[in-house]
Amino acid sequence: MTRRTLARTLVYLSLALATLVVLLPLAVVLLTSLKSPQEMADGSGALALPDDPLNLDNYVTAFRDGEMLSAFGNTAVVLIAAVGGTILIGSMTAYAIDRFHFRFRKLVVAAFLLAALVPGVTTQVATFQIVNSFGLFDSLWAPIALYMGTDIVSIYIFLQFIRSIPVSLDEAARLDGANAFTVYRKVILPLLKPAIATVVIVKGINVYNDFYIPFLYMPSEDLGVISTSLFRFKGPFGAHWETISAGAILVILPTLVVFLFLQRFIYNGFMRGATK
Amino acid sequence: MADTTREAARPVPPAAPAGPKRAAPAPRGPRLSRRLTPWLFLVAPLALLLTFTYAPIANMIAYSFTDWDGVSPELSYTGTGNYTELLTRSELFEVFLVSGYYLVASVVQIVLALYFATVLSFDVRFRHFFKGVLFFPYLINGVAIGFVFLYFFQDGGTLDSVLGLFGADTDHAWLGTPFSANTSLAGVSVWRYLGLNFVLFLGAIQSIPGELYEAAEIDGASRWHQFRHIIAPGIKPVLSLSVILSVSGSLSVFEIPYIMTGGATGTETFVIQTVKLAFQFNKTGLASAAAVVLLLIVLAVTWVQRRIVPDEKVDLV
Repeated sequence: MTRRTLARTLVYLSLALATLVVLLPLAVVLLTSLKSPQEMADGSGALALPDDPLNLDNYVTAFRDGEMLSAFGNTAVVLIAAVGGTILIGSMTAYAIDRFHFRFRKLVVAAFLLAALVPGVTTQVATFQIVNSFGLFDSLWAPIALYMGTDIVSIYIFLQFIRSIPVSLDEAARLDGANAFTVYRKVILPLLKPAIATVVIVKGINVYNDFYIPFLYMPSEDLGVISTSLFRFKGPFGAHWETISAGAILVILPTLVVFLFLQRFIYNGFMRGATK
Repeated sequence: MADTTREAARPVPPAAPAGPKRAAPAPRGPRLSRRLTPWLFLVAPLALLLTFTYAPIANMIAYSFTDWDGVSPELSYTGTGNYTELLTRSELFEVFLVSGYYLVASVVQIVLALYFATVLSFDVRFRHFFKGVLFFPYLINGVAIGFVFLYFFQDGGTLDSVLGLFGADTDHAWLGTPFSANTSLAGVSVWRYLGLNFVLFLGAIQSIPGELYEAAEIDGASRWHQFRHIIAPGIKPVLSLSVILSVSGSLSVFEIPYIMTGGATGTETFVIQTVKLAFQFNKTGLASAAAVVLLLIVLAVTWVQRRIVPDEKVDLV
């Protein structure tokens, strides 16, 4: 009995410690973002509470000088186009692969499978030349095309869902005179809603947080997405941790809100995405 | 070869004459369009796949045998020169040692994730809160994480202040020496990615039927035995997926060290080096050779892993 109690205590202790490790760095950055430059200079330490907990000056500076508004705008454009495209591309691929028997089908499947094993970062040097030759470099189209073109995970997710849709539904629609496109649009797509929700979540989070692709392909300052705009803070704001912190919190906040509202769906999305 | 019309007819060839409706050959037009239908759905996906995955691989292999600088129209074939340079200039290969830190970190990460996933799949108070806390870092923007931890390791930053509370020496440049810097960065990587492993394991553990635990409980099995004989075998596929993701992940670390140190003090990783070679020093040929080496290593690791743990879930077709 006492051993059980001890074990339970240790479990809670480990959970409390993990919570501290996760939340403390974030909490300190939140505290820092509310401090004035004078408070930062007087050296009271990172854990000291801000004098005025409602001091939002740093947020105003970060939002204005970091051009966060345009960054959020660009991110939204890329996000909507890339996620929309991924849904279309992924569901079409899955539909064609699962519902038709055609020559070279195995080869097509193998091509998608093999591509899943190639980590995107390894081929970037050559991908860059291709994007450049299309004239997409330094435009919002570069990340959109790359996010759409390289996503194997969403194809897996759609494939799994399409398999669970009975073929008899397609056949019934066919008997009513529907062609393949009508079946895809009227039967398959509506039934794929849960898969679409999963893809929106998994893909959306990846696109929102990605740094590598916008950093390489959109060097122009007015094409900054939230990752690259935040990254540029490092230069002009050098050691102004209060402003940098405010910028970081501005970027984290939307994620936190979405997470709190959609928690359950987000967990499920990632579990489904990974177990293929 | 097997379009849908013929597929339907195939099971009943001898009886075919008996069914006059079916025996009538389909008009040429619809048959051709039927054969084309799947390809109409595949045109866009295949075009993107070829353009952004296979063409780059082919080009990259071609570039790797040249001295191309990425811009000039002139390039000459140098044979295996780039590869010999990679293998003989030891500083170009040292970046793989940095991956070692991240490899060790991913072992820690997987063990911790397993522990928390096991603990939180049983009845624990504030379960959902702990789940959320552990998973949330995975969703945070990488640049924001970089800044949070730059401040964390800063002189007089979060870590020093916390250590100060316990009266420890507060004057330590955490990112100052290669060992300490790489350890710190690998620690950030554990902080960031633990949540993903955790959620995957949690999902796998929850898919194990509950009766198994009940039966084990009745038999008097301890928590450790339950873990050893029920949970561990039940999550083997996800576990092996995590192992392979961590190996290829450790080899292709980029964001956190690039944002936090820019690759200074011995924290340069393979991808940082490749990006610098290609886009700062215009050595596209050499960078391509490096990328080919990385790609081969990743594929080899995947192959070995597939041989050791045959994954029953790869039946995509």
